[in-house]
Amino acid sequence: MSNQTPDEPVRSSDAVAIPVIERVWWREAWKELKKAQWTAKLGVVIILSYVFVAVFAPILTPYGESQIVGDAFEPWGDPYLLGTDNLGRDMLTRLIYGARNTLGIAFVTTILAFVVGGGLGLTAATLRGWTDQGLSRIVDVFMAIPVLIFALVLIAIFGSTVQNLIIIIALLDSTRVFRLTRAVGMNVAVMDFVEAAKLRGEGLSWIMLREVLPNILPPLVVEFGLRFCFVFLLIATLSFLGVGVQPPTADWGSMVRDNATLITYGDITPLLPAGAIALLTVGVNFVVDWFLQKTSGLHDDH
Amino acid sequence: MMITKPKKADAANDDSILLKVRGLRIDGMSEEVWNPIVKGVDFDLKRGEILGLIGESGAGKSTIGLAAMGYARPGCRLSGGEILFDGIEMRTASEKQKRAMRGVRIAYVAQSAAASFNPAHRLIEQYQEAPVQHGVLSVEEAQSDAVDLFGRLQLPDADTIGFRYPHQVSGGQLQRAMTAMAMACKPDLIVFDEPTTALDVTTQIEVLAAIKDVVRQFNTAAIYITHDLAVVAQMADRIIVLRYGEVVEEADTRTMLSKPTEAYTKSLWAVRSLHKEEEPGEDTLLEIRNVDASYGGGVKVLHDVSIKVPTKRTVAVVGESGSGKSTTARVITGLLPPMTGEVLFKGEVLPPALKSRGKDDLRKLQMIYQMPDTAINPRQRVRDIIGRPVQFYLGLTGKKREERVRELLSMIDMEPDTFIDRYPGELSGGQKQRICIARALAAEPQLIICDEVTSALDQLVAEEVLRLLLRLQDEFNLSYLFITHDLATVKAIADEIVVMLQGSVVEQGMKTEMLTPPHHEYTDLLLSSVPEMDPDWLEDLLVKRAAAANAKVRA
Repeated sequence: MSNQTPDEPVRSSDAVAIPVIERVWWREAWKELKKAQWTAKLGVVIILSYVFVAVFAPILTPYGESQIVGDAFEPWGDPYLLGTDNLGRDMLTRLIYGARNTLGIAFVTTILAFVVGGGLGLTAATLRGWTDQGLSRIVDVFMAIPVLIFALVLIAIFGSTVQNLIIIIALLDSTRVFRLTRAVGMNVAVMDFVEAAKLRGEGLSWIMLREVLPNILPPLVVEFGLRFCFVFLLIATLSFLGVGVQPPTADWGSMVRDNATLITYGDITPLLPAGAIALLTVGVNFVVDWFLQKTSGLHDDH
Repeated sequence: MMITKPKKADAANDDSILLKVRGLRIDGMSEEVWNPIVKGVDFDLKRGEILGLIGESGAGKSTIGLAAMGYARPGCRLSGGEILFDGIEMRTASEKQKRAMRGVRIAYVAQSAAASFNPAHRLIEQYQEAPVQHGVLSVEEAQSDAVDLFGRLQLPDADTIGFRYPHQVSGGQLQRAMTAMAMACKPDLIVFDEPTTALDVTTQIEVLAAIKDVVRQFNTAAIYITHDLAVVAQMADRIIVLRYGEVVEEADTRTMLSKPTEAYTKSLWAVRSLHKEEEPGEDTLLEIRNVDASYGGGVKVLHDVSIKVPTKRTVAVVGESGSGKSTTARVITGLLPPMTGEVLFKGEVLPPALKSRGKDDLRKLQMIYQMPDTAINPRQRVRDIIGRPVQFYLGLTGKKREERVRELLSMIDMEPDTFIDRYPGELSGGQKQRICIARALAAEPQLIICDEVTSALDQLVAEEVLRLLLRLQDEFNLSYLFITHDLATVKAIADEIVVMLQGSVVEQGMKTEMLTPPHHEYTDLLLSSVPEMDPDWLEDLLVKRAAAANAKVRA
């Protein structure tokens, strides 16, 4: 029972025909990665370095997150490597803490979106009939409203705290996750082994989590990567508009806005947070592409 | 033969060698290395000759058939040897050369016609594509040819059937249309890859007769690939038996059937010898009474079906696809509650819907599916596939569960240490089906519904599975409801037979009684359509049927 863990998709597609008993997923993953294209390797390096920076932010930074260290808009150089921002806080420090905040919020939000959207999507795919109809129509209504406008309205109503931000964006994004999960789940839910589980008398949760979910993990993992980017961009957008992560918390979106005046003087400092966002998005997409290629190759074998 | 081109007239009497294959080697890529699939095969094919290639799946039949066209599937390569088609080396020919040959001089008929036709175009548009593209015929010529060929292949309404879309004709008709398409350019060679495997016996006959007839008329050489010995006996002039990519034996059909020399060939021939003595049942285990059923309240698919399954006996339900066999199984399992009628288990009425049945009701009634690939979860190990019902029904956990799983694996002749940690993807088709049997057994059932359990398996493997089922029946006093369209299987293992047609039971009774005349008209058609290992069987049968039809008209 316990060795049926959801780390399955990392398992190599090649392992399928080898009668190896011992299967350590990280070793398989490492082997796969060594064979991957350079873009995938670059993507992994980018993501890992972001994670590293986010985790060790307090150690890596010379100053405190919202500590005012000098005059506003000081130029690049010693002791402020990337200068200071509009309030005289160290830009590099803010950038590093920004990784932590933006990544953290985006990660939690995406997880929540997948738990809600994925759970409901699986339920709809497994039960079908009225449950599916009901859930799908509600989701349709939500999807009919543009995300950014809807998010702005909800934030205006409930206030822009970090918790609200996470819940609102997660719920909005869960509609997209629902669509995907339902669609791929439907294909698996009609297979004979699901029918066999129903005939055995298994409950809904067993069928959803043990029979259907492991078989739709690859597309969901890919979607997770992409969703993460969207969420991350949406948070940055909201912060840029001033309703996202509130000061003095460092956030890449609000950092662009705070320092926007510098652009008029031909200084590229305000674009650094934007660049950080762009680089991570590219990295995640590289990895997702690779994973997509691997899993679609797996499908060809059948 | 008005549409035959002049050069063909000579070809009709020409029996020179058309295809010469020497030392053919084909590799397949797996685990990042090239492994040999076909290991040095030699054969010759004369003009107008039909060569049968038989063997189990994985023997390299289809790979060799495609290689004759100079084609290797993705992940395969033609690594050595010669393929001389009318003096042209196909292995080293350029793509352009090969493209000019394919469709014009060599054609291919795939197993699933339904998957090979483009559903968005009419049959005739797809028919004329190859000859017109290759500049062999004009559109008008191609269309008049098509009508002629459709007629020769005994398609109904030959004049107009070409204007239908693929979904508007039946599977057997589609397979014949595909044969017509292959004949469009009057090729020298056609490769038939299991063209009738997906068809019902009654439809198979029509297709076999049509193919044989038309191939003879145009003196086309053919490679006929199949795993069904009786079929190849009807079609081929010469048979090659393949195993593991090597030729086991080669002989002309009659010699091969009467005096096979190799042990492997003999074992293939012996498969059909499996036989179980029927025994009348004593008490009834399962009974369905006057069941009517429909999907979503629409058209009725079952009409007043009543079937009894005695304890420790096998009842075979036979009929063509669409006869309601599988629907009957769905009613019994509770997946499809009937509109009227009831299902009784040991004299007690079972709740019609699955949801209202107790765990114990479910446990006693297990099911084995047709496609072992989709019937077990590819993301679960053998341990969990078999262990789950053990835990779910019998409440065994931990060490006890593990022991029971190992015990079940030994019961189905699979070494527990080797297989318990495997995923389904690491098992062969036969092994997967055994796992499905073990999963059903794990519940300690009294009745197992077997839905076409052997139709996706090779003959030898199918026989092993059948033997296993018979042994388990003895050991655990099981009853089987055996749904199948394969009458050879029925003869092998059934005690009683139920014949279904269009949702109704046509006839039912003990096996010998059912297999000896007089039968119901439909039972007769069904029984007489099962190919036999006699090369003259098909022709004799057609003559007999024609005579009977004539007699009817006169009367």
